[in-house]
Amino acid sequence: MKMMNCPLNGLRNISEFVYGGEVKSMPDHVTCSDKEWADYVFYSENTIRVVMEWWFHSPSGYWFIAERHTASDEILNTYDPSERFNERVEFDSAAAVTEEKRA
Amino acid sequence: MPFSLLKYGLKNDYPFEKDADLPSPTELKKHYDVIIIGGGGHGVATAYYLAKYHGINNIAILEKGYLGGGNTARNTAVIRSNYLTSEGVKFYKESVDMFQGLSNEFDFNIMYSSRGQLTLAHTDATVRSFRQRTEVNTHFGGKTELIDPQQIQELVPTLNMNPADMPILAGLWHIDGATARHDAVAWGYAKGATQRGVELHQLTEVTDVIVENGKAKGVKTNRGEVSCGCIVQAVAGHSSIVAAMAGIKMPITTYPLQAMVTQPVKPFLDPLVSSSALHCYVQQTGRGEMVFGGGSDPYPLYNTRSTLDLKESLLASAVEMFPFMANLKLMRQWAGITDMTSDYSPIMGLSPVENYYLDAGWGTWGFKSTPICGKSMAELVASGGKVPELIAPFAMDRFDEFRQVNEMGATAASH
Repeated sequence: MKMMNCPLNGLRNISEFVYGGEVKSMPDHVTCSDKEWADYVFYSENTIRVVMEWWFHSPSGYWFIAERHTASDEILNTYDPSERFNERVEFDSAAAVTEEKRA
Repeated sequence: MPFSLLKYGLKNDYPFEKDADLPSPTELKKHYDVIIIGGGGHGVATAYYLAKYHGINNIAILEKGYLGGGNTARNTAVIRSNYLTSEGVKFYKESVDMFQGLSNEFDFNIMYSSRGQLTLAHTDATVRSFRQRTEVNTHFGGKTELIDPQQIQELVPTLNMNPADMPILAGLWHIDGATARHDAVAWGYAKGATQRGVELHQLTEVTDVIVENGKAKGVKTNRGEVSCGCIVQAVAGHSSIVAAMAGIKMPITTYPLQAMVTQPVKPFLDPLVSSSALHCYVQQTGRGEMVFGGGSDPYPLYNTRSTLDLKESLLASAVEMFPFMANLKLMRQWAGITDMTSDYSPIMGLSPVENYYLDAGWGTWGFKSTPICGKSMAELVASGGKVPELIAPFAMDRFDEFRQVNEMGATAASH
């Protein structure tokens, strides 16, 4: 059985984890074009090399980042997302824009 | 049955001695009208129809490995058209019709076997979706019926009607469902294409695509550089990687899909049976082996390794459906690399690069579309980029316009 090192729970069975996609930078959903948003949602590099990915430890409800090779399936590193993301992303700006329009 | 088979059956000499093999390899020419990257079913079918219907035969098929050695050889050879969307059903229905005539057309037995495909529903929601699929299929001329548990039991007496404590409520009975020898399909097309002057270059890997001013001009290979009028990319499993050579990013994620087969037993299962809730499909081959398939692996990978996890989960479901199969021994397990799109529909048509045509995103539904995809791609290439109506909904830019073709009926083992 393949194992993965969860930054929170240590070495666990791979079946406890859920894949969450490549780590990509999100465009500003209020100002970006449809094409940019489609690019973010649907398109991906999907290539053969070490890729930074989102993973989720399902039993403990914990999201983290893993660096994994997409052909050998070797997991080189896993760490807490706070190492890359230290600012909170606000999603209510779209609502704020509509409010402004109404006003 | 090909009539020549009957003719040769009455003769003493070995039937196909003269034209048993494909032509010997030749040097690559400097220029071709059409270069097809990928010598699988789709690639050779496209070349075949270009040569047959459009008189274009200055074509090179460039294949990294050997003819039909990729996903053409790795699928579970299911042919069906009981999809959900109008676009999907129309497209696959034509494919099923074409498959039925292929043996005669090739004069080569593709072992087409019309057995019917049965998908089981275990919840009310699935029954509703089956009812919709039945109507859509019937509308487009397919033979699909919704049948009740008693009819299911008559069709498949060995089936456990309460697998994993999920009673079978109804079945989607797709009478047109069939199987064929997948390798033979690629061989038949390759033979037909090479007889018409198409060059098949095996062990020829495309290492780069030459794009000048947004136009595809040629390719670099491990055997030198070749210029061309246009390029068709038909590389199931590595679409993103080959497209990246032309500077194209694709809406694809690549997952392995595993399947396995048991030792042969006496024939007992005529239809192909799949369960929507157990994520498992079971069929018996002409040789008596039981083939099992399920869902894709849980995370993306460019690797055809087999895992114990899948063996355990898939076989647990298979044994629930047919309990006596617990005594069978597994003979082989393998995987294919599938290019999944987020709407479970393929990508066919134009690309952001001029003269570079895409035949990609075939996920787990590539084999069954081989004839119609080849025919449609040939039309597209021959017309210089006029997209046939049948494949227009499957253009890659549907993702940019949020116009996806949500194909819930894409895999026999889900939904």
